[in-house]
Amino acid sequence: MPSWLNRSQLVLVAALLAAGLAQFFSNHLDSYVLSVAMGVGINIVLASSLNLINGFTGQFSLGHAGFMAVGAYTSAVLTGKLAAQLNPIFGGHVYLLFPFALVVGGLVAAVAGGLVGAPSLRLKGDYLAIVTLGFGEIIKVIFQNVEYVGGAKGLNAIPDYSNLFWVFGTTAITVYTVWALLNSTYGRGFLAVADDEISAEAMGLNTTRYKMVAFVVGAFFAGIAGGLFAHLNNYINPSGFDFNKSIEIVVMVILGGMGRHTGVILSAILLTVLTELLRQFGDYRMVIYSLLLIVLMILRPQGLMVWPFKNPLWFYLKAYWPFRMLARRPTS
Amino acid sequence: MTELLQQVINGLSLGAIYALIALGYTMVYGVLRFINFAHSDVFMLGAFTAFYSSRAMGRWGFASGGFLGGLLVLVISMAACAAVGILIERLAYRPLRKRSTLTVLITAIGVSLLLQNGGQMVFGVNPKAFPNIFPSQTFKLGGLVINSNQLVVLGVALALLTALHWIVQRTRIGTAMRAVSFNATAASLVGIDTNRIISFTFGLGSALAGAGGVLYGMNYPSIEPLMGNSPGLKAFIAAVLGGIGSLPGAALGGMVLGFVETGVSGTRWSTYRDAVAFAILIGILLFRPAGLLGRNRIEKV
Repeated sequence: MPSWLNRSQLVLVAALLAAGLAQFFSNHLDSYVLSVAMGVGINIVLASSLNLINGFTGQFSLGHAGFMAVGAYTSAVLTGKLAAQLNPIFGGHVYLLFPFALVVGGLVAAVAGGLVGAPSLRLKGDYLAIVTLGFGEIIKVIFQNVEYVGGAKGLNAIPDYSNLFWVFGTTAITVYTVWALLNSTYGRGFLAVADDEISAEAMGLNTTRYKMVAFVVGAFFAGIAGGLFAHLNNYINPSGFDFNKSIEIVVMVILGGMGRHTGVILSAILLTVLTELLRQFGDYRMVIYSLLLIVLMILRPQGLMVWPFKNPLWFYLKAYWPFRMLARRPTS
Repeated sequence: MTELLQQVINGLSLGAIYALIALGYTMVYGVLRFINFAHSDVFMLGAFTAFYSSRAMGRWGFASGGFLGGLLVLVISMAACAAVGILIERLAYRPLRKRSTLTVLITAIGVSLLLQNGGQMVFGVNPKAFPNIFPSQTFKLGGLVINSNQLVVLGVALALLTALHWIVQRTRIGTAMRAVSFNATAASLVGIDTNRIISFTFGLGSALAGAGGVLYGMNYPSIEPLMGNSPGLKAFIAAVLGGIGSLPGAALGGMVLGFVETGVSGTRWSTYRDAVAFAILIGILLFRPAGLLGRNRIEKV
């Protein structure tokens, strides 16, 4: 291992290579399996980025779908309506348009996150949840009223640029960023804010700033996920980014255990695949989600994907690699 | 001038409904310190109970559409909603009494979603036409157009607000409610059964929400399982505007919001009506978080 590459960075590089490799062989895969796999990747990005806000920093946001919408619309406009103007910039490298559009979508979503976060992050708990919900709805209403992006009818004929490489490359970068951020000296502050805001402030941490950083970074990745989503489905409309979409992401985070990296990834995979398998019961899906939320909160608020700590077998297993990640939540 | 008066009348009847719902939010917040997200769906259940009970009454030969029949429908809806509210508290919130606010908040969202999606399964997704449960007539006073339903809404809301004031200020259980809201531990030390008071508060608040649902259905006669979302959020904004935890504040906030909303609807910005309501919420939370009539709470470590 070269000295300038630590182990987690090595894992990131390996994951990016694996994503490229998967893309190379992707034409052997069934197109349905392919689209489900990409859906899994996008949901991991959404859940991990929300986990940074809701789980690690303890700020309950209900407007994640709004930031996703901002990213989706921005990138779709860049690769669609503005593609003719933008392509000359890239010269012969037209394939760079899509990553450019994704990043710009993420940046615009991050700006939106900053604008929403600045006033609302002074609030706590219930109030913050309601205000973020409100902002999410306002974003939806704005897109419904802007004729340039199709209004309530939505935007269609978005090119299908999303593929395994872009989706899983983004997934790897998101998971790595959240993980590395939380494990840095600076990042411990997020956990401190979640554990006890007043003590954190007394220790000299700028809690408002931490909350803002979490919000902006979370919104950035939600925006990128939105861009991937738009270029996977080729069609977006404002009501696809409503409160229910936000709740779906929240359920992934809660099921996986708020503030846990691996658990949230596992629950994003599980819920996406389950949704596909239960497609014929689509009408019942939200009923099941809501019941799941209530029962989980009463019986197991720490989440399902957290290993049972009292199991004797677990005592031995948790020292080893794949299980070790489940066991531990970095504590401050 | 007539247009202004007309808007005032419309604003009053909308504001009265918001006030009724807002009272439920504020009362529950007073005793349990959390926002009952499911409140807006109890409101929806009130409208649907009225829809089905007036239909059933018609089938059994009761004069549906008469004044007494209308009152009966109203009372049935309020009773049903009170029962649902108490049931929700018992099943979903009571097991979480000592847990963190976040846990309770997520549960409340879960209950709200369950009622909405369960409602869509049971009642169907399509909007239903709300029946005329009170005799409906339109008066013309000069240029003003007043529907008798608007008067009924105002009358019922006023009567319920008076009754609530009497219960909270003059009865034993109302005194106990105020005691629990002031300091739950101290209240239980002097022998108040806090669980019973909390159940009662949920029942009372839900009954008001049920009445609000019936009145809303009379004014906007198309009901569907997701109808609670928008008025629920508005009523919550009204509760925060008036100062959450304060009963007169909730009534005042509801009225103010009703006026603002009918005012905005009359201009060309009507599609941004909801955005204006949220702008009010954000403004009040930033500049006067205690609300118009609320008191500041100091957080202690």
